[in-house]
Amino acid sequence: MSVAVLVVSERVVGEVPDVTFELLGKGREIASALGGELAIAVLGHQVGELPFGAADVAYVVDDPALANYAASAVEAALAAVVEAASPKVVLMSTGTVGLDLAASLAARLGAPMASYAVDVATEGDTVVATSQLYGGKLLAEVALEGSPAVVSVIPGSFAADAGRVGGAPRIETIAVSLDGAGARGEGVREPEASGVDITAADLLVSVGRGIGSKENLELVQELADALKVPLAASRPIIDQGWLPKPHQVGKSGKKVKPQVYLALGISGAPEHLEGMRSAGTIIACNTDPKAPIFEVAHYGTTVDLFDLVPELTERL
Amino acid sequence: MDIVVVVRQLADLVEELEVNDEGTDIDRDFVKFVANEWDEAALEEALCLKEAVGGTVTVVALDEPDVDQTLYAAAAKGADRVVKLTGHDPDGWVRTRERAARVATWLRDQHPDVVLTGVQAADDLDGQMAGVVAAYLGWPHAAVVVVVEPAGNELTVTQELGGGTVATSTLAMPAVLGIQAARQAPRYAPISRIRQAQQSTTIEEVEIDEPAIGAVASVRRLFPPPSRGGAEMLEGSAAEVADKIVEILRARGLVRA
Repeated sequence: MSVAVLVVSERVVGEVPDVTFELLGKGREIASALGGELAIAVLGHQVGELPFGAADVAYVVDDPALANYAASAVEAALAAVVEAASPKVVLMSTGTVGLDLAASLAARLGAPMASYAVDVATEGDTVVATSQLYGGKLLAEVALEGSPAVVSVIPGSFAADAGRVGGAPRIETIAVSLDGAGARGEGVREPEASGVDITAADLLVSVGRGIGSKENLELVQELADALKVPLAASRPIIDQGWLPKPHQVGKSGKKVKPQVYLALGISGAPEHLEGMRSAGTIIACNTDPKAPIFEVAHYGTTVDLFDLVPELTERL
Repeated sequence: MDIVVVVRQLADLVEELEVNDEGTDIDRDFVKFVANEWDEAALEEALCLKEAVGGTVTVVALDEPDVDQTLYAAAAKGADRVVKLTGHDPDGWVRTRERAARVATWLRDQHPDVVLTGVQAADDLDGQMAGVVAAYLGWPHAAVVVVVEPAGNELTVTQELGGGTVATSTLAMPAVLGIQAARQAPRYAPISRIRQAQQSTTIEEVEIDEPAIGAVASVRRLFPPPSRGGAEMLEGSAAEVADKIVEILRARGLVRA
């Protein structure tokens, strides 16, 4: 039986992340519909005993050049796996590795691609993806004619449980020369410990672009101080240098799961939602009633945060 | 170090976005177009690199609504040269694959040391620019880049891998980098300096023939996400909403107020 779906393992260090199992679970559905095997690509060095989840076959590239992550080297290894497996669909995440490699892989293969997918299905032999565009304000239903169809999926779009269930897949070892990849990995660094741990708080006050300026942060800092909780922030606040990195919630920041997440002036870009959607209760304040944050929030208000925050602080 | 920065225009996400009559694109007639914010970070990093090690910064964009303003602003900030690529419909949706192919066609004759662009744009349906440009040129690339350091004929870059984990790697030049964040916030160009740049800067125009891009995803329909019910909206004045929020926090034992 030929390979229908190839899932790219997102593991760089540590454990295999949830998104890989999310992709395997969805991959199993698509592979069944297309009548082929589900494969996983595992790229690294001394990869050891990794869980392969629901995969029927694991393509392993184990090479010293992959000991430390370097995009072009991993891409060359992945291209070799795609050539060997000849899948109809390649699933990656719009996350760690997928954001780096999916587009270049697809262009290199002359293959159709959909980014930011939140769903993937088949209609006969055609792969159909639904992708988030414009910061989640619109969805695009797209048909990918051609093989392999490369789809990068937003983490959290599918359940991971189905992808974890599996036996012992057939192992295919792929040897590839990575000398000419033009890049070498120098090392991977885990986040530095800091005095602020936004992941441990039961309540987070989080602020986004709507705060307008660094000076205005004082207003929300006063609220956080009154509540005796840390101040968190979305990406634009960190990139502006208004708050240090350990305060960032989102894909490249921290994943948080407080009892209550108070989102002030945050529109709800997919990258941010990825980091906070597991909060017990989400209360969002944004003057744009169509802001995507209101889709995931439990409570919302369009009152201006500059009016609301002083009122809140006054009550504490 | 000769640096090329690839920038683009994008519908302003603050605006209401309507879908066109065909249901396959946004209605572009009434949308305000602004510079892609990640490209602004790429330009800032390029200017910082130039200040650190010398060289030139060339900014290139496809012809798009209000792009001249973005190019003049880049010149006002310190770009040495600004280039506009033509030969496509300037008012339509240019897919990332086609955009990258057009830029790659122009880059083949430019011989830069490094190409910087924003890590993503909000309508990158068929992939992110940096990787696609690199694929077309056969150059190494890295995305989600937050640190760029030249080292001889190589670049050492740091990429974010999610959850605060970062990877450092060394790339042979020329390379293409998708910039997530520059070493400092993008500098501001006052309107007076942009006006000055309009007087003193010539935007070079280069026509690019339609490139072959192979199979791409075809949009069947574009639509607002179905509402999943979403948030229960708290109505009333700021004071009334504050009362309700404090009540929610109190019910969960998070405040004693």
